[in-house]
Amino acid sequence: MDKENLKPQEPTPPEPINDSKFINIYLVPILAVVTALILGAFIIWWVGGNPLLAYKGLLQGAFGSVRALSETTVWASPYIFAGLAVAVGFKGGLFNIGGEGQLAFGAVAASWAGYALPGIFHAQIPPILHILLSVGIGMLAGAIWGGIPGYLKAKTGAHEVINTIMMNYIALNLTSFLLNGPMKDPSPSNVIARTPLIAESARIPAIFPNYRFHWGFILALALAFGVWWLLWKTRLGFEIRTTGLNPDAAKYAGIDVAKTIVIAMSLSGALAGLAGAIEVTALNYRHELGFSSGYGFDAIAIALLGKNHPLGVVLASLLFAAMRNGATKMQFLTQIPVDIISIIQALILLFVSADAIVRYIYRIRTPQERVVYTRGWGK
Amino acid sequence: MDTVLEVKGITKKFPGVLANDHVDFNLRKGEIHALLGENGAGKSTLMNIIYGLTSPDDGEILINGKATHFHSPKDAIACGIGMVHQHFMLVPVFTVAENIMLGSEKLRNGVLDIVQVNKDLKELSTQYGLEIDPTSLVHDLPVGIQQRVEIIKALYRKAEILILDEPTAVLTPQEVEDLFIIIRKLVDQGISVIFITHKLKEVLSIADRITVMRGGKVIATDDPKQTNEQALASQMVGRTVILKVDKTPAKPGDVVLSVKDLHVQDDRKIETVRGVSFEVRKGEILGIAGVQGNGQTELAEAMTGLRHAISGEIRIQDQNVFNHPPRDLVEKGMGHIPEDRQKHGFVMQYPISDNLVLCSYYVSPFCRRGVLQNSAIGTNAENLIKRFDIRTPSPYVPTSKLSGGNQQKVIVARELSRNIKFLVANQPTRGLDVGSIEYIHHEIVQMRDEGIGVVLISAELDEIMALSDRIAVMYHGEIVAILPADKVTREELGLMMAGSLKPEVSTI
Ligand SMILES: Nc1ncnc2c1ncn2[C@@H]1O[C@H](COP(=O)(O)OP(=O)(O)OP(=O)(O)O)[C@@H](O)[C@H]1O
Ligand SMILES: [Mg+2]
Repeated sequence: MDKENLKPQEPTPPEPINDSKFINIYLVPILAVVTALILGAFIIWWVGGNPLLAYKGLLQGAFGSVRALSETTVWASPYIFAGLAVAVGFKGGLFNIGGEGQLAFGAVAASWAGYALPGIFHAQIPPILHILLSVGIGMLAGAIWGGIPGYLKAKTGAHEVINTIMMNYIALNLTSFLLNGPMKDPSPSNVIARTPLIAESARIPAIFPNYRFHWGFILALALAFGVWWLLWKTRLGFEIRTTGLNPDAAKYAGIDVAKTIVIAMSLSGALAGLAGAIEVTALNYRHELGFSSGYGFDAIAIALLGKNHPLGVVLASLLFAAMRNGATKMQFLTQIPVDIISIIQALILLFVSADAIVRYIYRIRTPQERVVYTRGWGK
Repeated sequence: MDTVLEVKGITKKFPGVLANDHVDFNLRKGEIHALLGENGAGKSTLMNIIYGLTSPDDGEILINGKATHFHSPKDAIACGIGMVHQHFMLVPVFTVAENIMLGSEKLRNGVLDIVQVNKDLKELSTQYGLEIDPTSLVHDLPVGIQQRVEIIKALYRKAEILILDEPTAVLTPQEVEDLFIIIRKLVDQGISVIFITHKLKEVLSIADRITVMRGGKVIATDDPKQTNEQALASQMVGRTVILKVDKTPAKPGDVVLSVKDLHVQDDRKIETVRGVSFEVRKGEILGIAGVQGNGQTELAEAMTGLRHAISGEIRIQDQNVFNHPPRDLVEKGMGHIPEDRQKHGFVMQYPISDNLVLCSYYVSPFCRRGVLQNSAIGTNAENLIKRFDIRTPSPYVPTSKLSGGNQQKVIVARELSRNIKFLVANQPTRGLDVGSIEYIHHEIVQMRDEGIGVVLISAELDEIMALSDRIAVMYHGEIVAILPADKVTREELGLMMAGSLKPEVSTI
C-alpha cells in the first residue's frame, strides 16, 4: 500500500470548492476594500480633513514602527480566532452570530481557571499544565455556548441565528453579573468590574520584553492552517462541508446531519472561546468587563471578507487590525475622529455582502452559476 | 418558409472543453426542430447562447435575418425568444398568475394589476388550449402543469421562438401526450419550437426536422420521414447502438431484500405507500412500474433510509433494517441511485472526484485514521471516469459544470462501482443519451448476473420491460400485481398502471 504513495503523485487537486484562482475568489473583496477606502477619503475630505495625511497616519500607526507592528498583531489575534470560528460555522451551513458571547464566556472561564484553580487544588499547578487547563476550560466554555444553539437547531430546527443572539445576551449579562459580584477582584482599591489577576503559572510568557506581541498571534496563524487542514483534508471536515452545502446529499451519504451540526457549532464556539481565553492568558492576565467589545461581531465581517477561507480570514484580520491600530495615530495627526474607521469597515462589509455593486462598478462578469440551472432536469 | 432564427459559426470554449465548435443551426417559422445529441454534446450550451445566458466566443445570431447581440435573457426575450428550462424557475409559494407576471409586472396606479393579468391569461389559455387556473399555487401543481406555466410565461412575454430543454424527462406518458398536443397547437399559430430530448421515439413522432450534435459540432440535419431510431442513434453516438437489451433468463438465488406491509407518508402527511410487500432475490431485477406520483418516490425513500416509514418491515437478508439510517443500509450492502439527483445525488460544488466517493469517503483506501487520502480519491475518479465515459476535462472540476447526463453518470458510476448486495435504482437513466443508456443497462444486467438483487423504479415502460425479470405494478400506493416480465404485454401494463385492469394472475 505504501508503495503506492511513492509513485509520482497526480498533480495535486486544486482547492476543492473553488476551482478558480485565488485572485478570482478575492477580486471582489479586494475591490470592496479599495472602494471603501476611496469613499472613506471623500468622507475625510468632506469633514475637512486631508485624506492623504489621514491614510499616511493610518499606515504609520499600523506598520510604521516595531511597536506599531507588534500592536497590530495584538489586535489581529482575537480577530483571527473569532474569524475562524465564524468561518467554520459557515462551512457547516451555520451562521454563528454568537461569537461575542462565546468569546466572553471563554475569557471568564479561562480567568476563573487562572486564579481559582490553585486555591481549589490547594497547590501550585505546574505552569504548562495550568496554561493548558485555563485555555482548555475557556475553549470548553465557548464550545458549550456554541453547542447549545447547535443542539437546538439539530433537534428542533430552531434557527441558530436567533438562538446565538439570545445566547449573546445571556452570556454578556451573566458576565457582567459575575464580574461585578462573585468573580470581582476583591482588592480593596478595585472599583472596576474585573477578575483578580490570574496566577503566574497560568500566564503565557511574553516573547519580547516591552512589546505586547504574544504567542497568541503565532497560535492563531498555526490554527488557521489547522482549520484549513481539518476542513479540507479530514473526514470530519468533509462531513461538515457536505452538511453545509447540501444536507439532503449529506443524509444520503450516510452522514449524521444532526450530529455534524452540533459538532460544527461546538467547534465554532470553541474557537471563539479560545479568542477570549488567549486574551486572558497571554495578554491581559485577567478579564475585564467590556475589553472585548466588538471582536465577536467584527469577526462576522472578517469571515465574510475572507470568503470563509482560513487564509482569507488571516488577511482580513490583519487588515481590520491595522485599521483599528492605526486609527489613533491618524486621529493624532489629522484630528479625524477614529470613528471614521468604523465607517470604512462598514462600507467594506456593505460592498462585500452586496457584491453586485462592486461587480457593477468594475464591470466584472458574474460567475456563470446561473447557467447551471438550464442544464439537465430536476424536480 | 421564412427562417426566424439562424446561428452561424457559434463557438464556445469552457476551460478544457470546446462546447460548441462552429455550430450552424436554423429554425423556420412554424416548425418543430428537434435537437439531439449525446450527453455533453453542447445542446444546452447552444440554447443558453441563443437565450442570452452565455455569450459565445465567436459566431453570430440572426433573428428574422437581422444580426443581434444578447447581453442577457432580457434582450432575448425582447426579440421574442422564450426558454423553458428543465429546472423550472417558478416561485412555489406564488400563484400561477403571480409567477407569470414576475419580472414583467403590470401596474395600475402603482398597484399590481392582477385582474388584468388574469384576463390576459384566460385569453392565452383559450388561444393555445392551455388549460390553467391562474389562482392556484404553483407548489400544488403536478410537474406537467408547472411546465405548462413555464410555457405560458414565455407566451405571455410574446415569445415567437420557444426553446424546450429536455421537457419530457420528468413527465408521465400522459403528460407527454398533452405536451405534444400543446406544442402542435403552438406551431399551428406560427410559433417556432426548438425541442431537446434524448428520446428517439418522441423525436420521430413530433419533429419537422432533426439536428444531431456530437462533440460540439452539428453532424447532420435529418428529415424524420427519412430516418429511423437506429440511424439517429448511430449518428448521435458515432457507432452502432444496440437499442435492445439482451440478457439471459435470471437465475434467482436467496432473498436479499424483503419489504412487508410497508406504510409511508409523504411530506404532507398523506399516506402514499399503503401496505406494500415484495421480495427481491439475488440475481434478479424487480421492476416497479407505475405512473409517477403513485407512491414510488416515498417507497424508494423509505427503503433507502431517507424517509421515516410509519409501519411495516424491511429486511436485508435476515436482518431487520426498518427505519435504519442510510449509513447502516449502505454498510449492509445497499446501492441507491436516487430519483432527484440534484437534491440527494451529489454536492454540486464538489469536484467530481469527491462526489464519486460520497458514500465511501470514510473507509479505506479513501480515508485513513480520519484523514482523507486524496491520491486514492483521485485514482478512483480517474478509473470511473474512464470506465463510465464521463465527459469532463478533469476529475477535479466542480460537478455543477458537467452536462445533465454526465452528472447522472457520476451517480451511477459511484453506486455501481461499490461493493453492493442490492441496488435500488430510481430512474437510473433519466436524462441520458442512448449510448449511455445502453451502457448502463448492460452494467445493471451484468450486476444481476453477478448475483446482485435489483429494484428498478422507472417511469419508462420501455426500460421496465427491457430490464425486469419480474414486474410489480404500483397504483395508488399499493402493489396491484407482481408478474413475470415475459407474461405481460405493454398494453396490459399500461392498463394496470392506470388502475383499469385488475389482474387475475396475482402475486407470484
Ligand atoms: N459553465 C461551464 N463551465 C465549464 N464547462 C461547462 C459549463 N457548461 C457546460 N460545460 C461543458 O460543456 C459541454 C457541453 O455541455 P452541455 O450542457 O451543453 O451538454 P448537453 O448537450 O446539454 O448534454 P446533456 O444531454 O447531458 O444535457 C460539457 O462537456 C460540459 O461539461
Ligand atoms: Mg443539456
